[in-house]
Formats: sequence, structure tokens, C-alpha cells
Amino acid sequence: MTLSPQVTPIPVLRAHQDAILDRWIAALKRAGISRPDLRSDADLTRECSELLSALFVGFSSGAMDPTGSGWEQMRSTLRGITLSRGRLGFGPSETVMFVLSLKEPLFSPLDELEPAQRIDAILELNRLVDRLALITSETYQQGREEIIQRQQQEMLELSTPVVKLWDGVLALPLIGTLDSERTQVVMETLLQAIVETGSTIAIIDITGVPTVDTKVAQHLIQTVSAARLMGADCLISGIRPQIAQTIIHLGITLPDVVTKATLADAFITALGRIGQHVVAKRTDQER
Amino acid sequence: MERVPIVKIGKYLLATIQTDVQDNVALALQEDLGAKIVASRASLVLVDISSLQIVDSFIGRMIGDISGMARLLDAEVIVVGMQPAVAMTLVELGLTLTGVRTALNVEAALAMAGIRDHT
Repeated sequence: MTLSPQVTPIPVLRAHQDAILDRWIAALKRAGISRPDLRSDADLTRECSELLSALFVGFSSGAMDPTGSGWEQMRSTLRGITLSRGRLGFGPSETVMFVLSLKEPLFSPLDELEPAQRIDAILELNRLVDRLALITSETYQQGREEIIQRQQQEMLELSTPVVKLWDGVLALPLIGTLDSERTQVVMETLLQAIVETGSTIAIIDITGVPTVDTKVAQHLIQTVSAARLMGADCLISGIRPQIAQTIIHLGITLPDVVTKATLADAFITALGRIGQHVVAKRTDQER
Repeated sequence: MERVPIVKIGKYLLATIQTDVQDNVALALQEDLGAKIVASRASLVLVDISSLQIVDSFIGRMIGDISGMARLLDAEVIVVGMQPAVAMTLVELGLTLTGVRTALNVEAALAMAGIRDHT
């Protein structure tokens, strides 16, 4: 992929570096992907010139392979720009077009070359810019995936609060769909809380769980069994009528699991088990 | 070979598993416990496994076996202080130890036993 010295277009490009930069920025604006609402003109010019100088650093390596050595600066600059654009809200095609629109400005100074050399140079540069665009698109996707993973992690942490209702009574209000990974976290959090607080009763409230299928039921049974092995009792509350119906239609039985309609009912039962009960405060008249 | 100490407290026996046990230690515990129950005519055996961090299906089954064996000898086993990780592992292995009584700690187990003795 190296160019022989007599056909190399690089000195020509280098002589026109400033013109290329201006044309590129103009092309970006013309194509409507400069997005002045997200990126100021000054920032755009800085980004473009950084990328262009990184490109020329790559050219000096002699090879035209942006994944090879000598192109490290280009890759890191491209990565930085792509990630910052992704965070700012640039779309994937806008981000890739940002790189692809470098083609025309790069080709135009090549008028100075002989026609045969010119075609070779254009093909070579075309391939290069395409590969740069691929790197951009991959980086953009990676950035997105990282965000999704982080959010998933945050959601997992947010979604499993263990609440202490009374001395020895814990409640775990579950909200949202239960999958294996989440159930694992729920299980761990609950069991850990049982050990830490020395609670003998835990109430799992599934009012916020939209659907219960065989998998979810199995997970619930597992959690209840694990708690029982540790010496704590589990009550399940908040099963809505439709869900109760679904559970029966699916043929799921919840053996040895105490279920209550509402969290309040479960709480009263729990208090009863630890020998407490709630009484109404008597007014003076009644006395 | 190390053995699991079994302490007699009144009518109760207390076996404390202090480290992660090998299979042969578990088998020895089963034998010792049987002999001790008969010799001391204990009605309740507390098996404290709060220091046990790792279990496999063998140890899991052993816990169930001890309980069944004790029942045949007219004593009851309460498994005390199972760690969350151990409980989850046993459930994953499908060993839910149905019929084995459990307690969070020795204190809770003694409270359970106290209630039972008074009724």
C-alpha cells in the first residue's frame, strides 16, 4: 500500500493544507452536518484542523493503512472526536459523514498531478478515507454500547432497594420486569440484607412487576428457598388478580410460599409472626 | 484428620463447622453426630455452618442426610447461619433441603427450641 515517490500526492496535499481545511469546513456547512446548535464554529475548526494534522502525521509514516503503525495519533484523535460527538448528540450518519466529507477537499488539489497519477492517488485516498470512516463508525457504536452498559448497571443498582419495615422485618419492593441477571442481584441483595440486619421475615412485593411467567415464578421460588435455608421466612405480596390468573393458567404452583394480596396484609402477617400486633389508638371518649 | 467439634449443652448438641470441610470430615461428622445423639439422648442438634463459605452437592446432601438421620434417632436438627452465597448455591443445585429447619443464628435457633419445649 506504499506509494512510490514519483507519484506521491502527499507534497501536493501538504502545500494545500490550509485550502483543504477551508474547503472541508465549507463542505460540512453546505451538507448541513456542521450542526452549529451542537458545535460552535471555533470548535468545528479546531476539530477539523486537529484531524487534518493527524492525517498528515499519518502520511509521513509512508504507509496508507490507518490501522497500522504511524497512524496512532490519527486513531486517537478520531476516537476522541467521535466519542465527544456521540455524547453531544450527533447522529451516527452525521458523525461518519463528517469524515467522509473530507474526500472532495482532499481530491481537488490533485488537479496538479498527471491524469494517470491522479486516478491512482484518488483511489488510494478514497480507500484511506473509507477506512477512517469505518473506524469512526465502530468507535461511535462502541461509545453507544458503553453508555447502554453503564445505564444497565445503574438500573440494576437502582432497582433493588431493601427496606426495613420493622425490627426483624424486611421488604423488597420489586419494580419492572424480572430477568435472570436482575433476579440474581435481587437475591444477593436480599440475602445479604437478611444477614446484616438479622431479620427473620422478608416480604417480596411484586406490585410493580408487570408480568409473571414461568421463569419469573421460578426465580421467586429460588429466592424464597434460599432465604429459608438461611433461616428467614419469605412472604410474597402484591399479586394482582390478572397475574394470579396468568399464574394459574400457566400451571405454576408456588409450593410452600405464603402469598398475600397487598403489602399491608403481608406486613400484618409478618408482625404476627414476630409476636407484635397493631392496635388502633383509643380516644379519650372510649376510655 | 480434623474433626468437627460437637458440644453438649443441656439437652442440646451444638456442632460448629469452622472451616470449609472435606468430604471425609463431613462423613466423620455424620457418624460422630449419630453416636453422640444416642449417647447423650439429645433432642435437638444445632449445626452451625456460619463459617462455611463453599459448598458442593456432596456437602449439601450431607446436611440433608444429617437431618434425616437425626429424625430417625428422635432428635431434630436446626441448620444455623447459612451464608447467602451458600444458600444460593444450594438452591441452584436444586437442594432446597425441604423439611430441614433453619435459623439465622444460634440465638434464634435456641429461641425456636425454647418455644418448642414449652408447647
